This record gives sequence, C-alpha cells and structure tokens, in this order.
Amino acid sequence: MELILDLLSWVAIISGAVLCLIGGIGLIRLPDMYTRMHGAGLIDTLGVGLILVGLMFQAGFTLVLAKLIMILIFIFFTSPTATHALARAALNGGLKPVVEDDGVMLPIDNPRGQPMKPVVTNEKEADPSKT
Amino acid sequence: MMFAVAAVAVLVTMALALARALKGPSVYDRILSVNTFGTLTVILISVHGFLTGRPEFLDLALVYALINFIGTIAVTKYVTFTDMGFPAKRERRGDI
Repeated sequence: MELILDLLSWVAIISGAVLCLIGGIGLIRLPDMYTRMHGAGLIDTLGVGLILVGLMFQAGFTLVLAKLIMILIFIFFTSPTATHALARAALNGGLKPVVEDDGVMLPIDNPRGQPMKPVVTNEKEADPSKT
Repeated sequence: MMFAVAAVAVLVTMALALARALKGPSVYDRILSVNTFGTLTVILISVHGFLTGRPEFLDLALVYALINFIGTIAVTKYVTFTDMGFPAKRERRGDI
C-alpha cells in the first residue's frame, strides 16, 4: 500500500513538474500576451493541480489533506477569474492580439476581436482582371 | 526526494516567470507573470512544508493564495481605471 501511494505520488509530481516547466517555457517563448496567458493557464491548472494531488497522496487522511484540498479548490476558482479580468483589462487598454497568416505575424486592427476581413496575400488571385 | 524534484522544477519555472516579468513589453505581461509567480509561490511553500516535515506551512500557502488573488485583481483594476474605486473615466461599467 505504501509503495502504491509512493508510486502514484511520483507520477503526479513528475507530471506536474513537467507541465510547470512547459508553461514556463511558453511564458517566455509565445509571441504576444494573449497566447502567453495560455502558458500561465497551464501552470495554474494542471501544473499546480498535479503537484498538489501528489502531495495529497503523501498526506493521508489528516487535517493536512483538508488544507491541500482547500488550496486546490481556491486556486481552481480564482485563477480563471484573475486571467479573465486581466484579458478584459488588456482588451480595454487597447492591446492588440497578434494573428499568424501565411507565416507572417499580423496585428489585428480591432482590439474588440471583431471578425476580420480575409487577408489578401496574393494580388493576382484577388484581382484576376489585372493580369 | 520527490519533494526536492518538485521544488527544483517550481524554482526553475519561477525564474522563467520572473524573466518574463522583467522583459515583458506591456504592463499586462508583467501582471500575468506576477500572478503566475504568486501561484508558484503557493506551491513552493506547500512543497517546502512537506520537504522539512512541517505541514503547518500549508496555512501560509492558503493565505498567500488569497492575497495573490486580491492583489492581482486590485492591480488590474488600478491599471485599467487608474482608480481603485468607481471608474474614473466615462466608462459606465462598474467593474472589470
């Protein structure tokens, strides 16, 4: 029984640590703030959650388990709230998302996220009368 | 041993988040990084409590999670409205 709990704990903690590192790398490498939010979300949900679950396997049925569950529930409710408020603040503040089209990064000219017109990359295809 | 592995991974991720907070072009990048840093601090405090055999540290982690959330919301609201109270500009929305 002890061995099974240790094994489950190892699996959960290693998975959580790897997801934390992936989220951190995403926080560095992703192109703009809205995509970096995805890396932060990875850390906030699965990274933190799996490490806490791994700690829960080591805690046993004690008060420590109750505290860990309280931390987990609290982070699961507050982290999306904070991210949502931050995204709305960034949109209100006029930070433009960046979209990729044919390998070229284009800033969208509408911070509210309206559906944009199709981007014309080849003039010949768009206007055949010129040829 | 497993707690040490988790602590090292969390510390490396904290360094990455701090790098983004120092480098971030906009203020929202910095807020996002600081929020992530706070969440990772909660985990680091919990893991440290298990690492040293003193799970009482979980109380500190719980309080830190509360303060982190309130702080992020407050800074976001301040950056948006340049005011902690009612919206300062013509914006009629009461909250973010």
